Amino acid sequence: MADLNTDAASQAAGIDLSQFFQIFFEEAGENLARLEQLLLQIDIAAASDDELNAIFRCAHSVKGGAATFGFADVAELTHEMETLLDKLRRHELAPDTAMVDVLLQAGDALRAQLARHQQAEGDPVDTTGLLVAIRALVAGTPGAANHAAPAPAIPLPAAQPAEPSVARLLDLRVGPLADPADADNLVDLFNEIVDLGTIEPIDGGTPIDGMRRFKVLTTSTDSDLLDLFTFHVSREQVQLLPFGPGYGFHTGNPGVPPTLPVDSGYGFFDNAPGAPTAAVAAPTADATPIATPPPPTARALPKAAAAIESATLRVSVEKVDQLINMVGELVITQAMLAQHSQGLDPALYQQLAGGLAELNRNTRDLQESVMSIRMMPMSLVFNRFPRMLRDLAAKLGKQVNFVTVGDATELDKGLVEKITDPLTHLVRNSCDHGIELPAERVAKGKPEAGTITLSASHQGGSIVIEVRDDGKGLSRDRLLRKARELGLPAPDSMPDADVWALIFAPGFSTATEVTDVSGRGVGMDVVKRNITALGGSVEIDSAESCGLRVSVRLPLTLAIMDAMSVGVADEVYILPLSSVVESLQVHADLIKTLGGSGRVVEVRDEFMPVVDLEQVFRVPRRTALAGGAIMVVVEAEGGRIALLVDELIGQQQVVVKNLEANYRRVSDVSGATILGDGRVALILDVASLVRRSRH
Amino acid sequence: MNMISDASHVAAHEAARARTQAGGEFLTFRLGAEEYGIDILRVQEIRSYEAPTRIANAPPFLKGVVNLRGVIVPIVDLRLKLSVGEARYDANTVVIILNILKRVVGIVVDSVSDVIMLAPGAIKPAPEFGATLKTEYITGLATVGEELLILVDIERLMSSRDMALVDEAQGSPLHRGDSVGSGA
Repeated sequence: MADLNTDAASQAAGIDLSQFFQIFFEEAGENLARLEQLLLQIDIAAASDDELNAIFRCAHSVKGGAATFGFADVAELTHEMETLLDKLRRHELAPDTAMVDVLLQAGDALRAQLARHQQAEGDPVDTTGLLVAIRALVAGTPGAANHAAPAPAIPLPAAQPAEPSVARLLDLRVGPLADPADADNLVDLFNEIVDLGTIEPIDGGTPIDGMRRFKVLTTSTDSDLLDLFTFHVSREQVQLLPFGPGYGFHTGNPGVPPTLPVDSGYGFFDNAPGAPTAAVAAPTADATPIATPPPPTARALPKAAAAIESATLRVSVEKVDQLINMVGELVITQAMLAQHSQGLDPALYQQLAGGLAELNRNTRDLQESVMSIRMMPMSLVFNRFPRMLRDLAAKLGKQVNFVTVGDATELDKGLVEKITDPLTHLVRNSCDHGIELPAERVAKGKPEAGTITLSASHQGGSIVIEVRDDGKGLSRDRLLRKARELGLPAPDSMPDADVWALIFAPGFSTATEVTDVSGRGVGMDVVKRNITALGGSVEIDSAESCGLRVSVRLPLTLAIMDAMSVGVADEVYILPLSSVVESLQVHADLIKTLGGSGRVVEVRDEFMPVVDLEQVFRVPRRTALAGGAIMVVVEAEGGRIALLVDELIGQQQVVVKNLEANYRRVSDVSGATILGDGRVALILDVASLVRRSRH
Repeated sequence: MNMISDASHVAAHEAARARTQAGGEFLTFRLGAEEYGIDILRVQEIRSYEAPTRIANAPPFLKGVVNLRGVIVPIVDLRLKLSVGEARYDANTVVIILNILKRVVGIVVDSVSDVIMLAPGAIKPAPEFGATLKTEYITGLATVGEELLILVDIERLMSSRDMALVDEAQGSPLHRGDSVGSGA
């Protein structure tokens, strides 16, 4: 069977459909994501009708679009899924784990198929196994390779191609309806479809026991009709029966003669003849004809999608990045203007000064707005984990609960992409090495299912992401032993924090590895390196047999930040304003020595280490004048230090440039920026300076 | 020299010889009294020297970084690195901006001469020296007029370990945040 009929579909529609492909791919992608999410959330024992219907609609939407555009392979697979989902939501089958697994796999296959069509390359996805499995589940005989037997309520087999066949006369019963007028919606909808057939009430327009009855002449299949009708009513409320004398199906229904005098007072049809003749429908409402023969699935999509579309706008990431770059350059230019205009006489150049101040404000506002475009909620990162953990836990025979905290915390899009791999590795580690097998946990008095918690929160100018598990934690002894094996210094007196940090050493992977760990040859050392490359830091805390906590700290935005520039001899250094606590003038007697080498200063009853930037960065000093006239108190990672500088130059916004793009990581330096005069200034890594003072 | 380093020298030499078979276009520049040539395809642009921003604890031949239209570019003084001539910074001093392994770096040279075409046969393999400039980086020698032209594999030279331009894998786990530099 050809998997692509896009040309034929375009021809049938009369227009070139390829211009709509991109929208279809995007919406299908969203539907598949939602499908997966719903499948993961579903409670097998108590699946609600709403959930099942929602899952059905996702598959249905994808099928409709795929059929319209001629992606026959996608349409085929979604059609089978739909059959199964239909049975589930009609409670003809009970959901079980096998079904959810197959549906999840089918979702994966669909994604692969769509990706292949979107990129127009790659081998066709072989779905024969999946199709067989789904049909077997539908038939209620897992493992049997039979085509699904139709359910008794539907006279025709479900998987019938929607080809125009012989016109059939059907008895349509709708109800019991809370509001019988709902049935009128069905009729309207039916009539909107060209060539679907005719429909007319045979109950005189009045419900009997809440049931409405219509006579339908159509060439469409029952399943297509049911698809149509279930937009307005639930599946249980629709019955399609062959029209004819002697029904005998339902007791309590009044026997209806084959023909009914049509009263023009019904008002359903303005010009429809009473007697059904040829299968020609006169549409009463304006309706855009939809490409034959698939049912009007696109109808429901726009209704729901329109509501969402009006609130959001799809923009390509490149455009946003370009915009941010331009705003960055604007910030630099504005800083340069501000710098050059400092020397002007304010009285003389009053308007210019005013204009520049206004420009400053506008630039700042613009920059804030633009930066927020790239901020995305952490839920985008967290969303991939439920599925991954489910599969992994099942494979390892463990039970894992997954909890997320702070889904709405926002993070720059660039960071979202880069943090996903390290976090995935950490979560897999927790599941694989941390959480114990259920029996082991029960023996320890823990609940059978382990819990992995992912949390994200803003702290100061950073975002802190934690991966916590209540597994067995790290074993101090094993780590020390392994370190000694590798020839690393590992004295017994090593503090816990340092022992835990040993796992970041290259080559420190544990012996019992799952064969497909994170897929990218990743070890904890690469995780750490990736995080530090983003300007972040990672810390580990562990309690043996209680659990493990890995904290990742990342700067909120990479591109532009508020900064304070300080002068040390002839050089300019930049401090992130968010880490500056205060600055004070230095008196020689304020600084005391400690243990002969370290220097401390007392600031407001707090003693903190003094870090002489001239020393740290070996700044050459040409004049004999003693430096270190000013102290800037900075704070990072819970510690405070006082930096000795010569002068405070100013406060401005700087564009953060990456030093490592062309060079390498430099100690105590987190990046570089370009000053108003075009020179490069180094941005200090305050956290690193704080750590250095601790050693 | 033991067997292993002997073998690696021979291997490097053979590889260099294989590379010199092809000719090409070279940018030639001066370091002290010597004339060097590098593959023109690696050259992005040529600028006059401007004082870079110093980076603490960097090797002495790494002068610092400069701003190249918004991009931060490290500057290496080849005269210091190769110990050739004296490192003067005057109006004639030139920086060649290179594109090496998707990175942009600059090298300080005394002056830039010309772009020349060399036929494959014009390039001869360099003899073994025990010089500062290890012969792995020399792809060959050529004669241009009266001058000896030393052809250098600039990509290999700039990406070599002792050039310290590229970050290496981390070592001891105790130095959690630090990578480069022995730390003051």
